[in-house]
Amino acid sequence: MSGADLPEIAAGVIKEALELGATDAECTIAEGEEFDANVRLRELETLKQARSRGAGIRVLIGKRTGSSHTSDLTREGIRTMVRSAIELAGVTTEDPHAGLPDVSELGSLPGDLALHCDDVATLDTAHKIELARRAEDASLRFDPRIVNSEGASFDSHLGRRVFANSRGFAGEYRSSYCSLMAVPVAQQGASMERDSWYSMSRSMRGLDSPEETGAMAARRAIRRLGSVKVGTCKVPVVFDPRMARSLVENIFEAVHGAAIYRHESFLDGKLGRKVASEKLTVVDDGTIPGLFGTSPFDDEGVPTRRTVVIENGVLKSYLLNTYAARKLGMRTTGNAARGLAGNAGIGHGNLFIGKGQTSPEQIIAGIQEGFYVVELMGFGVNIVTGDYSRGAAGMWIRGGEFAFPVSEITIAGNLERMLLDVEAVGSDLEFRSSAAAPTLLVSEMTVGGR
Amino acid sequence: MEFRDSIFAARFNITLRDLEKYLTEALSRGGTYADLYFEYLESSSISLDEGIVKGASRGVSLGVGVRVIAGERTGYAYSDDLNPERIRKAAQVAACIAAGPAQIAKAPLNEARMASLYPVVTAPTETSFAERVELVKRADRAARAYDSRVFQVHAVYADNLKQVLCATSDGIVTCDRQPLARLSVSVLARRPDGTPQRGHAGGGGRVELDFFVTDKTPEHFAGQAAREAIAMLDAVDAPAGEMTVVLGPGWPGILLHEAVGHGLEADFNRKQVSAFSGRVGEQVASPLCTVIDDGTIRGRRGSLNVDDEGHPTQRNVLIENGVLRGYLQDKLSSALMRTGRTGSGRRESYAHIPMPRMTNTFLLAGESEPEEILRSVPRGLYCANFGGGQVDITSGKFVFTASESYLIEGGRVTRPVRNATLIGNGPEALRYVSMVGNDLRLDEGIGICGKEGQSVPVGVGIPTIRIDSMTVGGTA
Repeated sequence: MSGADLPEIAAGVIKEALELGATDAECTIAEGEEFDANVRLRELETLKQARSRGAGIRVLIGKRTGSSHTSDLTREGIRTMVRSAIELAGVTTEDPHAGLPDVSELGSLPGDLALHCDDVATLDTAHKIELARRAEDASLRFDPRIVNSEGASFDSHLGRRVFANSRGFAGEYRSSYCSLMAVPVAQQGASMERDSWYSMSRSMRGLDSPEETGAMAARRAIRRLGSVKVGTCKVPVVFDPRMARSLVENIFEAVHGAAIYRHESFLDGKLGRKVASEKLTVVDDGTIPGLFGTSPFDDEGVPTRRTVVIENGVLKSYLLNTYAARKLGMRTTGNAARGLAGNAGIGHGNLFIGKGQTSPEQIIAGIQEGFYVVELMGFGVNIVTGDYSRGAAGMWIRGGEFAFPVSEITIAGNLERMLLDVEAVGSDLEFRSSAAAPTLLVSEMTVGGR
Repeated sequence: MEFRDSIFAARFNITLRDLEKYLTEALSRGGTYADLYFEYLESSSISLDEGIVKGASRGVSLGVGVRVIAGERTGYAYSDDLNPERIRKAAQVAACIAAGPAQIAKAPLNEARMASLYPVVTAPTETSFAERVELVKRADRAARAYDSRVFQVHAVYADNLKQVLCATSDGIVTCDRQPLARLSVSVLARRPDGTPQRGHAGGGGRVELDFFVTDKTPEHFAGQAAREAIAMLDAVDAPAGEMTVVLGPGWPGILLHEAVGHGLEADFNRKQVSAFSGRVGEQVASPLCTVIDDGTIRGRRGSLNVDDEGHPTQRNVLIENGVLRGYLQDKLSSALMRTGRTGSGRRESYAHIPMPRMTNTFLLAGESEPEEILRSVPRGLYCANFGGGQVDITSGKFVFTASESYLIEGGRVTRPVRNATLIGNGPEALRYVSMVGNDLRLDEGIGICGKEGQSVPVGVGIPTIRIDSMTVGGTA
């Protein structure tokens, strides 16, 4: 990727903002190269390739904030962007908590975090298409009930992020990822189901084989065939690792600094209190080499770190950027996250539930009558009240084994109660994205059905 | 808008001859069709939280996407730089999908006649920031004045002006100027020491800023959001299981979007992966149901003069008296299915490949009085407002989450209930529609639809309807 001049552009943006009257400024420049190939029914279907870049600025004039962004990195485009931000700082309100991080908070993790691997860039197009073709082929050959396919895809992305501020911070890092995904369609009689499976890595050599990925996708689709709706009842519910990950995202929203200072989280005011089963420990760690939630510094130039959010059921920390920290009289946890537009928000690094002792098989074996969730649908999680109600599909558990597939039902409860009711934590933790969890068992939820 | 008046001709000095050259380049490896989509997007947003205008932001994004189709194959590349060398390079990259002798673009390009569904002289994006800041401040004041139990207000005003040019190897050029504005208000209320509850409202469209002054004011949206939050303070646990559900008019039309709309998009049906595949002509809903997707309603959020492939939008009948009539088509699927286009090819931006999408989707009004519909239900759920929804187009299962709903007891709306998700099966759910109200209402203009990672603005609408059986995901 070209563009060695990006740090220079960022420095120029800061300088220009200060000359125009900003008392502080920060600039983010992002550059990316994307490649997507999709194969369907063994033929190449789409091929997409492009590179893009853009810049964003946040300025402060005293305690007022303005921001702007552009994809036009010409001198003219940059000048317009800086002037816009300055002008906008004039229409916002003074906010005593606004501002950049203190100089003492700024910094970058040393050493190689293994975020970028050259093999993603060097692999030729034909080979990438071939990987997708092999993944789909493995799905289609897996079982005669795999009758159709939405295809298989290989995607890769190379990125570079440059960040500088008027308090002396300047840093940059490169990143890469590639992913392989298959989406087969299974059919038996009137029942048609699709499912997917994927593998994602920062390097080509870290990807699972296309054959494994395709077969797993097919297995998942077939497992859903002939699903039925069960009667309304209250039973133990097991979340597979993919669905347990969605609970990690729900916990993130509930410990999000802005949700706390706005008092719109059911975990507001619960620091130091027991909020979950003692089996539950939740950690955010942006420092683990090679993972998807890792970076040397957050989007305000603060080093990432390891933050224990929940320890053996006790709420230990919220996740904060500089602004939320000041509002709450705390220190930032290095969780500032932003695109190019607007002010910095809050994001997580690698946020995960620490693994337990029990294998997923043992967890299922211990359940007489229960529901194993493999898909959740919709947005029915209210972080303010903790009310939880989502569409679901999965497997019915009877006598410690999978009995039959289930769909068109809901599972409902309250997150506050669900976290306390976590009865078992699986030993099968894997980092397949920036949020991760092992299999989880919640002792009782309401299944809505017939 | 005429090409010579477009920003691409006037500011970037692009000529019709240039467009023809790029198209020829795109077809140099034998593609059967190519198009160029130029976009210049200016956007702004203002956010108020805790009574403070904490953020104001403005941005510009520009670029061009080049698409080449060769049979069922699509090649796509884009550039965020309108330098001729970069555009030509993108055309060459997209061209690689095809393998065959070069094709010739139909020259010369002709400008298509177009509708003017949003004749906005000054787009909100082009007005002074001070005026727009006033909108969020007014929303904040109004929500707080509504009830002393309101303790948090988060108001966001956002608008954009998208200027686009689409040139196709079929020989057509279209230019459009697409304004869009939205004000949303989120309110938290609580009793002393009680659990907070949230209310949300918002709206807008392809309108002038004046819309928020004379038509739907900040006070209107703030009042709705506050009313919902206050109502929810008394909420009891939602029921669980199958029951009769009555949907109120307007935004609950999201039912149609999820239950049938996505499943009728042509790409899924061409590939035979939709629960609706091959079912044109079949009864898929009660005879009371006629479902329309109409991209031509003046000023609406989901409306477009031309779709994002330069084809005029139109009024499409998806389901007529319960019978499935047709699919939403884009260029690629209509060619492969050998049928007409429906003006439904949409894309999020120049960086995205177009696909069939909805515009404004609604159910035609019936004859029942809304009160009569409620009176007919001994026990059930009345849903007045919704959050988002989702669908699995292959199995047909869809969900949507009620953010404001009430129990119906003895034909009357009684207690509010906590948020609950409703789940159904697309090809079956509308068979249970037994009454359709005479009060069709379109939503106020807040919809965003996501598909394969692309977001586009949409509208929905519905009259009050009675559904005899749906599964409600409560706990009681």
